[in-house]
Amino acid sequence: MCGIAGLIHRKGTSNVGQEMTNMLQSLKHRGPDSTGYAIYGEPKKGEYILRFKVAEQEELDTGSKIHDEIKARRAAVDEVLKDNGAKVVKKDEATEYSFRYQVEFDGDLKKLADRVEEIEGAEILSIGNSLELIKDLGDAAVVSEAYGLHNFQGTHGIGHTRMATESDVDIRSAHPYWAYPYNDIAVVHNGQLTNYWLMRRQLEREGQRFVSSCDSELLAVYTATNLEKGMTLEESLKRSIEEIDGVFTYLVTTTDQLGMAKDTMAAKPMVLYESDDMVALASEEVAIRAIIPHEIDTYDPYDEEVRVWQA
Amino acid sequence: MAGVSSSHEMGLHTEPLKGRDIKTMFSLENEGGYGYAFARDVDFNKRGEVDAKGKNATETNNEIRALMDSGHGSIVIKNPGAEHSLIVGILNRMNIIVEGSLGYFGCGLLDGPTVRIKGRVGWSFGENMMAGVCVVEKNAGSTFGAAIRGGDLVCKGSVGSRTGIDQKGGTILVGGDTGAFTGFMMQRGRMVICGNAGKNLGDSMYDGTIYVGGEIQDLGVDAVPEPMSDVDKAWLTRKLKQYDLLPEKGVDHFTKIVAGKQLWSYDNLEPSEKKMVL
Repeated sequence: MCGIAGLIHRKGTSNVGQEMTNMLQSLKHRGPDSTGYAIYGEPKKGEYILRFKVAEQEELDTGSKIHDEIKARRAAVDEVLKDNGAKVVKKDEATEYSFRYQVEFDGDLKKLADRVEEIEGAEILSIGNSLELIKDLGDAAVVSEAYGLHNFQGTHGIGHTRMATESDVDIRSAHPYWAYPYNDIAVVHNGQLTNYWLMRRQLEREGQRFVSSCDSELLAVYTATNLEKGMTLEESLKRSIEEIDGVFTYLVTTTDQLGMAKDTMAAKPMVLYESDDMVALASEEVAIRAIIPHEIDTYDPYDEEVRVWQA
Repeated sequence: MAGVSSSHEMGLHTEPLKGRDIKTMFSLENEGGYGYAFARDVDFNKRGEVDAKGKNATETNNEIRALMDSGHGSIVIKNPGAEHSLIVGILNRMNIIVEGSLGYFGCGLLDGPTVRIKGRVGWSFGENMMAGVCVVEKNAGSTFGAAIRGGDLVCKGSVGSRTGIDQKGGTILVGGDTGAFTGFMMQRGRMVICGNAGKNLGDSMYDGTIYVGGEIQDLGVDAVPEPMSDVDKAWLTRKLKQYDLLPEKGVDHFTKIVAGKQLWSYDNLEPSEKKMVL
């Protein structure tokens, strides 16, 4: 089933970490397996936030050797960053296996990402001037507590509560997906893509890479490919409705935009609230009520509807 | 299955099995014989309130039933908070007012009550309604009035997609627009859309009538336009006026859509068999 949610503040920043947690916690019944956030703070010029993990949570149960292995993998990542000209100015350890680095870097992001992911177990969750992508097993309250998201100031964000269906319960298959190798772009999706393998084959031929077998990742890679070709976010969203088969509603965020697309059958839910100050949307209205308790007017976007909002 | 003498002992039922169910569903002692024998005896002038804040659907629905048990015929639901599955399975004639919005599957399986929702409602509102009136003051989600068999289901705002899917009777009225596949597999009853209708309107409809006041994006398989008669106009005028939805310019601009009746699976049936299907 899965639940998705997003919000964007049009006039300044807010505690988007807590707001997204409230929204996602109220959608827990749609997917208790994992929770993920893509939230956007103040852009840091010339500096990236690198979020990565070097192991899956379940690997911690495989014996005592894994703890040394995790340390070794992290050291290997540090080495790769240094060798490729990325200067780490701050290191935070969110969990034993997941890290947040502030990095000064002006080189090729794709090359850097590829080198890091050559290390066994290493996966970049996001690289961005303002994007921070956090995902882990458990509900929103658990993930927010573990990653200290209760006071994350920012302008916008998207999130996802996952009910695993066609791929495993692990962080790799959790949403959001970073649109590798693009700075600050992330995707969450509710639905099922029926031409996944066909599209994946086509995109891999064009040189794109996939880290999971989750169909939702296709939307991130697809969006990244379109933006690379010079499309606007709105153009990419519109094209996806023509080219991607299945039932889907998905959200995309960039440095300063939040976009939404709904399939031709309008088979997956989305409720939208829009005011001069903010836009909030979610699979269910209860998520919007979690941050706006008073009576508001909301509506369901129609089939093939595409919307893009600016922060 | 050795050692197991009945499914009851397997935990499949909470009561002993007694064979055929010969329970009387409708009481001839009630007015018209249409009321359920187990319906509550409520007084419309006895008003109660349920505050749904912080409660789940079961707790709120049980409170509604407790008030009905004590004879309350008019109940106000406060702070519904867009919670799902509220006000379901009400089989009484009574009044319910919701001061706020409902989530998914609100007001499902109703037979008799008059419900007014002051906010909006989510997906599948009023599903399987048998009789009664539900009025939603704001917008509604998709599959509004799915499979209803009777009563009036009204949304004064706009609704999502697949409105009245599998409708088997009753009337659905929408003050605004409706999305794709409205009236999909409609089998009987009437639907009125004052605004625009999305693509595939009336797709695979077997019977019934759809009236649209705005633009129709396109018609679905076997949905065809038919001229509006004076009877249609009189009915539309009366029905829309009843819910304060009558446009200033009247109803002459409405388009009437009916089934082309070319669907073999339905059209090959004898009239008596059609009744059984519906």
